[in-house]
Amino acid sequence: MSEKSYDFPENCRYTDSDEWVRLEDGLALMGITDYAQSELSDVVYVEQPEVGAQLEAGQNFGVVESVKAVGDLVAPLAGEVVRINTELEDSPELVNEEPYGRGWLIALQPEDEEAVESLMTAEEYLRHVEARSGA
Amino acid sequence: MTQARSGLVFEEPLLFERSRPGRRGLSLATPEVPQADPADELEEDLLRDDVEGLPELSELDVVRHFTRLSQWNYGIDLGLFPLGSCTMKYNPRANERVAALPGLAQLHPLAPDADAQGVLALAAELEDALAAISGLDRVTLQPAAGAQGELVGMMMIQAHHRARGEPQRERVLIPDTAHGTNPASAALNGMEVVEVPSGPDGLLHPEALEPHLDERLSALMLTNPNTLGLFERHVEELSRRVHEAGGLVYLDGANLNALMGVARPGDMGVDVMHFNLHKTFSTPHGGGGPGSGPVAVREALAAHLPIPVIRRDGDALALDEDRPQSIGRVHAFLGNAGIWLRALAYVRALGAEGLAEVTRCAVLNANYLQASLSDVYARPHRQRVMHEVVFSDERQQPNGVTTADIAKRLMDYGYHPPTVYFPLVLSGALMVEPTETESLESLDEFVAAMRAIAGEAAESPETVTGAPTTPILRRLDEVGAARKPKLRWTPEG
Repeated sequence: MSEKSYDFPENCRYTDSDEWVRLEDGLALMGITDYAQSELSDVVYVEQPEVGAQLEAGQNFGVVESVKAVGDLVAPLAGEVVRINTELEDSPELVNEEPYGRGWLIALQPEDEEAVESLMTAEEYLRHVEARSGA
Repeated sequence: MTQARSGLVFEEPLLFERSRPGRRGLSLATPEVPQADPADELEEDLLRDDVEGLPELSELDVVRHFTRLSQWNYGIDLGLFPLGSCTMKYNPRANERVAALPGLAQLHPLAPDADAQGVLALAAELEDALAAISGLDRVTLQPAAGAQGELVGMMMIQAHHRARGEPQRERVLIPDTAHGTNPASAALNGMEVVEVPSGPDGLLHPEALEPHLDERLSALMLTNPNTLGLFERHVEELSRRVHEAGGLVYLDGANLNALMGVARPGDMGVDVMHFNLHKTFSTPHGGGGPGSGPVAVREALAAHLPIPVIRRDGDALALDEDRPQSIGRVHAFLGNAGIWLRALAYVRALGAEGLAEVTRCAVLNANYLQASLSDVYARPHRQRVMHEVVFSDERQQPNGVTTADIAKRLMDYGYHPPTVYFPLVLSGALMVEPTETESLESLDEFVAAMRAIAGEAAESPETVTGAPTTPILRRLDEVGAARKPKLRWTPEG
């Protein structure tokens, strides 16, 4: 494996299916990680849920498609979708360019804010990524 | 050694751009009968004064246009086509001859059974041959391709559970090494898809099924050999556990070229499977069709076969549509008859021993490539492979050369690129399926090209990352095409 360095901000929590979650003003903002966008390469399409959809933790809620692959989006927390990032419709490349910023996917009203604590920290996720790459 | 050379190929505009007002392909004689006025014959809303925008060309314009485009093309008749999981084997010309026999090609699809006994007998013969190859009992020839075969299989499995009073069995287990169409087929039929992980050895282990062996289990949808080219060694135990839990086993038969004539899916516990006649049985892949994806089932599911079913009535054959438990009609008439007739010609030409020899040679060829390339390209697993072999770009990545670059560079050596970035479980996958129809010399030429590319990746990576240089078009903007597709031509461009 070539040595690649990824950005995993400390203020996010992570899933083993490569999503990140960040609590902001009582909402759980979600996206895919720097590692995920790098593995997928150029994202060309993002399929998102409807605003108002109720998600269970672990449920597939959308699809992110690149020139190489199609990946399922898995909800890290249970809750109601209150916003989706409509900018991605015309500019899916934001997922590659700013995975933790303008490339966010959805905002959830979480059923249980505490549940986010059960997800991986940046450090734990980094180890998870390294283990998976067979480093 | 095979090497692509630049020849005389032409830039070619669209037919719309070649159009000149008033140009015609042929001039019709003045009719000798009175001409009808469409306005007297048709409803008003079906009429329009002008048809705008149709290209106007001479016959020669059109002939040159399509001949030039055909020169841009690549096919098995030009060279080795190592597209993994697609079984791009040679399509023997004898198949074409058989399918074009006037008695078959010109038979009217609505001919009464009594006048179509010949083609019905051939259909029944192919059904019997596929049943024998699969180790299952009954076959439908109707599905038009593998993916439709999968859907038909899922519909029959669903009908089976419902008929037994277990309509809640809607969950389909699909390994992460299965073909990509499998989850889509199950989902299209309204079933719930659960992905089950393969083990570190690339195989599905019975324990991976454990959490899902309950009253919601409908079926395990298995691809064997799987998309890593590995035989699922635990298939009998997997089948046993699925059956014990009340589920059925579906086999994606796309990789049957590794089993045909040597091992029967029915003996492995498979209950339903589809065949890709355009893969294993040497019928043309076409430009997206027509294909043919027959489905075989155990007797227990026969009541659900699509209608019509061929029934033996004494010495005669008849089409039976009176089957109340059938999932219904899935294709007009008897499927793509022109295609399955070619497959029957192939089966007849080779016979049982010939089909087994096909399998042995396909497996031998893939293992020959593995043995000849494993020292220069990384392989995720050490086992012998079946009919295809998967490498990765792990050893080339440090020099900035990726699977996509290797695939593009192969075009410069005169080869169609292999399947890339699939299966998804392996990063940078490069999946090669040589098929049995390539000779030792042909395989050695391909090995030489792959080794040359590995050498270039080490010594002059820019040669590989800048490829291809030989085809009429070089690197295409795949990202731009996906993000901002131009879906139709407009006059101003």
